[in-house]
Amino acid sequence: MFLQTVITGLSIGGIYALMAVGYSLVFSVLNFSNFAHGAVIMLGAYVGLALATKLNLGFGLVLAGSVAGAGIIAVLNEKLAYSSLRGRKAPSLYLMISAMGCAVFLENLVYATIGSRFYAFPEFFGRQVVTLWGSSVSLLDGGAFLFALLAIFGLHLFIRRTRTGIAIRAGVCDMTMCSLMGVDLNRLIAVVFLLAGGFAGVAGVFLGVKYLVYPTMGWVTNKAYIAAVIGGLGSLPGALAGGLILGMVETFVSTYVSSVLRDVFSFTLLIAFLVWRPNGLMGIDSEDKV
Amino acid sequence: MDYILSIVTLACINMIAVLGLSIFTGFTGLFSFGHAAFVGVGAYTSAVLTYYYPVPFPLALAAGAAAAGAVSLVIGVPTLRAKLRSDYFAIAILGFGEALRVILENLGITNGARGLPGIDDHTTLPVVLLCLAGGVVVARNFLRSRWGVACVAVREDPVAAELSGVRIFRTRLLSLVVSAVFCGLSGGLLAHFLSFIQPVMFTLTQSTQLLAAVIAGGMGSITGPLIASFVFIALPEALRVAQMWRLVAYGLLLVLIMVYRPQGLMGYRELSSLWGKRAGPSAGRRP
Repeated sequence: MFLQTVITGLSIGGIYALMAVGYSLVFSVLNFSNFAHGAVIMLGAYVGLALATKLNLGFGLVLAGSVAGAGIIAVLNEKLAYSSLRGRKAPSLYLMISAMGCAVFLENLVYATIGSRFYAFPEFFGRQVVTLWGSSVSLLDGGAFLFALLAIFGLHLFIRRTRTGIAIRAGVCDMTMCSLMGVDLNRLIAVVFLLAGGFAGVAGVFLGVKYLVYPTMGWVTNKAYIAAVIGGLGSLPGALAGGLILGMVETFVSTYVSSVLRDVFSFTLLIAFLVWRPNGLMGIDSEDKV
Repeated sequence: MDYILSIVTLACINMIAVLGLSIFTGFTGLFSFGHAAFVGVGAYTSAVLTYYYPVPFPLALAAGAAAAGAVSLVIGVPTLRAKLRSDYFAIAILGFGEALRVILENLGITNGARGLPGIDDHTTLPVVLLCLAGGVVVARNFLRSRWGVACVAVREDPVAAELSGVRIFRTRLLSLVVSAVFCGLSGGLLAHFLSFIQPVMFTLTQSTQLLAAVIAGGMGSITGPLIASFVFIALPEALRVAQMWRLVAYGLLLVLIMVYRPQGLMGYRELSSLWGKRAGPSAGRRP
């Protein structure tokens, strides 16, 4: 029972971490909470769904298509809704409200055009179950967890080792200085949104395969946001740690305390972290400067 | 005719909540993605009182407003004392609102997610108009009082306000409680108008709608948000646009306002300042 709970917690936590990475990437560079991320995840799931059901593509191609689609949507979102605000150095709250507007817009646009029906992905993996030390793990959960770890590790390497990654890290430290050094900020930010959107695509497909695809599925990303806050907004290892911690905590609360109280518990955790430790476990200092 | 009257009533009920949020967001400068929760607290408190107990309607309304004010202290005291970054505060109150909704969905007395049907319909247009007019007078007097001026000072420059002897925590908390009381009143009226309430009616979407009216109307104006909220409710009904396209338009409008006109429809001005040279209330002016 205990081991089963741990494994379930880890697999949920892996998906939380995939989503939290998108929040953290954007926050680290632009210093605002991109609430449109949930809508991009939802659209990524719909792109994947269209590829899987209309074109009958395999899982790998569906994943790739969804990554590309969600990446492009995220970049467009930035160009249309944030770039002019960024240009006149608007307060980060304005960006957040604009993001909230995008989320409401996209979610309801899907409602109004595609409809509120729940769609299921075709069964890619069946319901295969592996037995591990007396507890069962579904192949999908295990695969999603491993894939999440690999993807986040890959992103970590990209940011540590490549020229673009170095530019992103420089932008996190000081945008103005970074652009004075000859980095094209617009391109840099487009790359960041492309990466965040790509991760949103992966998360959308995994969420869609594990559960279902529907317009308000982006709501789950509130949880991912909590994960990002626990780990420290703007920190990639923090997003991974926060996702896994939140996944574990939620599974334990719903197994041993009450499944009803799970969400109340998560939101209380969010408020507690914001009040007492706004930088999270691994975040960098981000106080309002006087 | 009944149809038009009900739209106007609904719009006026919504205007009371917008008035409250306008005090908090427009005049004190803190954003909230959770004020629909206060509307919900007011709605459920007053509905439960008239539904299960023989409490007279005005008393139930007052209890709903008071309950919303009391609940706002629960989130307000820790977060405002900690002087969170303004966007962290908005998120903290969002989390609070969602947690409150989950609690409402699982209480026995609220009949859970299915909602409370068959609440007595006491709310009529004259009652709502009376509450709205009273609300506007209270809000105007509050904003002209020393506390209201302190709110504007905190919005404009917290550091300078603190140096001049304004206690930031108390000012913000007072503003939050006042705004929550307005929202609670609006909720009580709503419950006894629709005679059916459900936790889903008080979610992030509704909070965003309230915030959209304040932002679109102008932060630092009383009349601007009221006009905006009336237009938001009445226009889609008049044009017979389906419910879902209204939300699409809300989202788009928020983005467009942030991109093109962040000061909103009225900016810092009041309606009265547009007619002749008569000065609007000084509390609404940028110092």
